[in-house]
Amino acid sequence: MVVRALRDEGVKYIYGYPGGALLHVYDAIFQQDEVQHILVRHEQAATHMADAYARATGKAGVALVTSGPGATNAVTGIATAYMDSIPMVVITGQVMSHLVGEDAFQETDMMGISRPIVKHNFSVSHAEEIPTVIKKAFHIAQTGRPGPVVVDIPKDMTTPTERFEYEYPKSVKLRSYNPISRGHSGQIKKATDLLLAARRPVIYAGGGVIMGEASNELTELAKLLNYPVTCTLMGLGAYPGTDRQSLGMLGMHGSYEANMAMHHSDLILCVGARFDDRVTNGVDKFCPTAKIIHIDIDPASISKTVKADIPIVGPAQGVLTEMLELVAGSKKHPDESALKAWWEQIDEWRARHGGRYSTDDSELMKPQQVIEMLSKVTNGDAYVCSDVGQHQMFAAQYYKFNKPNRWINSGGLGTMGFGLPAAMGVKLNFPDADVACVTGEGSIQMNIQELSTCKQYDLPVKIINLNNQSLGMVRQWQDMNYESRHSHSYMKSLPDFIKLAEAYGHVGMKVEKYEDLEAAMREAFALKDRLVFMDIYVDPFEHVYPMQVARGSMRDMWLNKTERT
Amino acid sequence: MRHIISVLLENEPGALSRVVGLFSQRNYNIESLTVAPTDDATLSRLTVTTIGDDRVIEQITKHLNKLIDVVKVVDLTEGDHIERELMMIKLKASGATRAEIKRTADIFRGQIIDVTPTTYTVQLIGASDKLDAFISALGATSIMEVVRSGVSGIARGEKTLSL
Repeated sequence: MVVRALRDEGVKYIYGYPGGALLHVYDAIFQQDEVQHILVRHEQAATHMADAYARATGKAGVALVTSGPGATNAVTGIATAYMDSIPMVVITGQVMSHLVGEDAFQETDMMGISRPIVKHNFSVSHAEEIPTVIKKAFHIAQTGRPGPVVVDIPKDMTTPTERFEYEYPKSVKLRSYNPISRGHSGQIKKATDLLLAARRPVIYAGGGVIMGEASNELTELAKLLNYPVTCTLMGLGAYPGTDRQSLGMLGMHGSYEANMAMHHSDLILCVGARFDDRVTNGVDKFCPTAKIIHIDIDPASISKTVKADIPIVGPAQGVLTEMLELVAGSKKHPDESALKAWWEQIDEWRARHGGRYSTDDSELMKPQQVIEMLSKVTNGDAYVCSDVGQHQMFAAQYYKFNKPNRWINSGGLGTMGFGLPAAMGVKLNFPDADVACVTGEGSIQMNIQELSTCKQYDLPVKIINLNNQSLGMVRQWQDMNYESRHSHSYMKSLPDFIKLAEAYGHVGMKVEKYEDLEAAMREAFALKDRLVFMDIYVDPFEHVYPMQVARGSMRDMWLNKTERT
Repeated sequence: MRHIISVLLENEPGALSRVVGLFSQRNYNIESLTVAPTDDATLSRLTVTTIGDDRVIEQITKHLNKLIDVVKVVDLTEGDHIERELMMIKLKASGATRAEIKRTADIFRGQIIDVTPTTYTVQLIGASDKLDAFISALGATSIMEVVRSGVSGIARGEKTLSL
């Protein structure tokens, strides 16, 4: 019934790892070929694959893990999806119901463990309710503010000899769950008036624009108004990164112009973002002259950290469409001279920093150069799946995303080990697309066993390993705040990644000189059917800049190792 | 400020733990908590008293509403309401104090519900501050045990919390 329900939900791939509590389910998987199962090497990878599929498509990914250690290994992946509001259904096996609570072999209380990191969880107590529970799980995961849902199924609920009437519900209704389907018209009207009266506006777009499939509406609105747009780490791609009106990312490692524009603005239109601490810096000093319009599907995200002047609860797409109509039909227009002056100011900021970095202080390649090359070689069109650390920030800053759903990274939880399984999940579902895993020698080793899964299922992703032989982000903080005492941020005894890749049956490439980079990268992407592990040696002393000064305002930034605003 | 928040909850296993978990996870405070089924067997009613400023209370009600098992939420302290709490208090009652306890219990309209030669158990129903006042009127020396139900509340007038 589990497999049939997944089939009827239209699931093509599930990612998982078998175990005692799931043997009945795995037997059912064996006897059909509509739902294909991908066997990972560690359950965490299964959840990240499902998660990345969701990030790239907007539809819930499905992971299947056994009870006990299988379920606990999946916890990091569930929390990763939860923090970034990613729809996912995770089916966990459970010991037989009569053994629950008796500390049986491979028993853990997955309902209890997962509770704080799921949108909802279900425990199946009657086999006949499996189809309805699975339908509800998808419904909850994919509607409203999306999120992961866990379905815990005791082994005896899947006994094949016990047979029940099967019917997969077309839809489900829950009396206590009614996600908002449209924004309040009065609020939208008020917001539009404020928007048109702004003299120094900024549009601040988050992951909600991407998950809410509102990139087109957002782009159209920004174009119509000629207002600048900055995206959060999760929102990259919501607005074309190469467009003149794009200020790039904002926040801790945001661009100089984005952070300056936010600080000096008189109106912020926030769409699908949540004023996270990595964006606002010191909340008490946040954008002192700005009025705030906040559009979000989740009422609890509004006025959580920063008070909104005009809150609008609703789906980004619908609200922006209504705003577009109001703006297009309005007799009022933004003050042209004020807007012109605002753009001049922004262009001046842009000219002052504009993402420059120095290449003179080291013989070695700069990580920024590698990302810029990746952007060039793939025409800014690849799916870039990132791990967590300096390389993630460099990728966010220097890869210019022109389309939504192409930037796949663990933003909220910051999960090292996310990149490779994420790239696998994307490649499997988009076999013709270029899929890069931007990683570092620290992160890649957290799920490196998946090179084996890549071989089994022929997943030719390109691994861009920015090898600086240290845990770069930790080291940067130690340089800046701990007088360069590099406590455990240095990795001795790194493996020979080339040999390692070859041992798993893949291609390894070592690049040490910038002159060789372009040719090597082009060669790697030309090898369409092979996984290439590019081990690229970069300057280990490079820092990510700009970097906001802790507890300061948006405009307080280090611009390089010696200069600050 | 102290708030009394009433919640209608699906009468499902684990529903209570979601509510309690939310409070600990987000660092909200629980002063008291009561929960019991209602006339509709599929619903439980939960009353929680908590302390927080307006921003915190707004977040609490929003997050409670987000829980899938929560059907309805109301902050009773936003309008006219009645609150009651039940207390049973066991007191050392011998010699001269015995009569004094009886008198104090009468003043507070408490009932003596268990008697031994050396103890009284008094039942008292009222708002929490009345219960507090009774305890301080007694003085700590004679108190052997206190059990309080936590606050239950209901809105005045026609307003109801129902489906």
